[in-house]
Amino acid sequence: MPNPRTIAIAGSAAGSAALLAVPAAAAPGTMDVTVTIPRLTVAEYHRPYVAIWVEKDGAKAKTVALWYDHDMKGGEGTKWLRDIRQWWRAAGRAMRLPADGITGATRAPGTHRLSFSRAQLGAAAPGSYTLVIEAAREVGGRELLRIPFTWPAAAGAGGKVAGKTELGTISLAFR
Amino acid sequence: MKKHILGFAATAAFAILAAVPAEAHRQWLLPSATVLSGDDVWVTVDAAVSNDLFYFEHFPLRLDDVKAWAPDGSEGKIENAATGRYRSSFDVHLTQKGTWRIASVAEMLTGSYTLDGKRERLPRGTTAANLAEKLPAGATDVQTAEASNRNEIFVTVGAPTTTVFKPTGKGIELVPVTHPNDLYAGESATFQFLLDGKPAAGLPVTVIPGGIRYRDQLNQIDLTTDAEGKVAVTWPEPGMYWLNVTTPRGPRGAAGEDAAPARRASYVTTLEVLAP
Repeated sequence: MPNPRTIAIAGSAAGSAALLAVPAAAAPGTMDVTVTIPRLTVAEYHRPYVAIWVEKDGAKAKTVALWYDHDMKGGEGTKWLRDIRQWWRAAGRAMRLPADGITGATRAPGTHRLSFSRAQLGAAAPGSYTLVIEAAREVGGRELLRIPFTWPAAAGAGGKVAGKTELGTISLAFR
Repeated sequence: MKKHILGFAATAAFAILAAVPAEAHRQWLLPSATVLSGDDVWVTVDAAVSNDLFYFEHFPLRLDDVKAWAPDGSEGKIENAATGRYRSSFDVHLTQKGTWRIASVAEMLTGSYTLDGKRERLPRGTTAANLAEKLPAGATDVQTAEASNRNEIFVTVGAPTTTVFKPTGKGIELVPVTHPNDLYAGESATFQFLLDGKPAAGLPVTVIPGGIRYRDQLNQIDLTTDAEGKVAVTWPEPGMYWLNVTTPRGPRGAAGEDAAPARRASYVTTLEVLAP
């Protein structure tokens, strides 16, 4: 699949031989997010509900991933979505669920890699963004982490934050 | 116990069962949640009159006047209503997305009349409609004033909406500047209050956080509505808050009676402030 960033440059600078020569590797079009869900030793463990979204000053929050019990009968799983409380305020309460390409099943403890295109992140405009990840666990706690990033991004590793309770290390990389 | 109840009724003149907030007692509706998600959503509400917030330790709130309004303005159903010794409880099936209003609204007449040379108070439960039958034969010099009491809560499924805030023009009503189901600790919220449909300037507003039983201080926030009837509250911490607005009481006569009946209105709501 062609790199969207490269397409944008080629399109706006049509006819400029110099810009067309910029190698694709210098203009990442994909963000990889590595999410670690910690293994917890508790009497009653349920996988956390997790929301991942992108914030930009003056723009509506854009949800990119939502892990919950979306397949319970009677939509029972949606009852607890408001416990992902900052996401619920920022985006969730106005969303129609399940959302295509966003809704997913809850994930087990361990490391999970997700990839988002610049378009999926809603990061078409160059500038500063924040990736926010919030986890809320039934009969457990809740944690929210924020990782700033800018677009255009440099290829390679991006921001990294470590959770303390409900989330492990979350890191970004661009390619 | 009976003696105590009678004594209370006599001194407070308007017994709490009439849903008039008497001094030193607080009435409230406490929802199981105010911000809700899901496809089949219910809310359970406790209703009581108590000293401490929000503990049911004194009287149940009577549910006779409690109604629910759906986001589209239609009337909802009060289900599974029960009244116990200390509290009432009921459910509302929130079958529409948006903001619901659950309210107990009472309109009554207060006042007095003269019978056989003695000044008597109008009995509890007098309204404009039943004044004639409540007055004994031979009553003269009847003075009345309207009293409006509103005790209401708001709960929201999904995104907050504002249709249920359309004022009725009766008593004290809340108009959101900040939506009452969008409150977070550390943030400021602004509400406008109307009295009979017009901005209620200069009214005292009392805000008290719940959990009184387990602390020494009330932590009461005292505010006054501005010329537009607005107040701004900054929430110190998450939790349920009791908010009360009351028209000031007129001066009392020598006999302890109101010097002259005046328009009286009170407003109570319970607000949930979430953690950021």
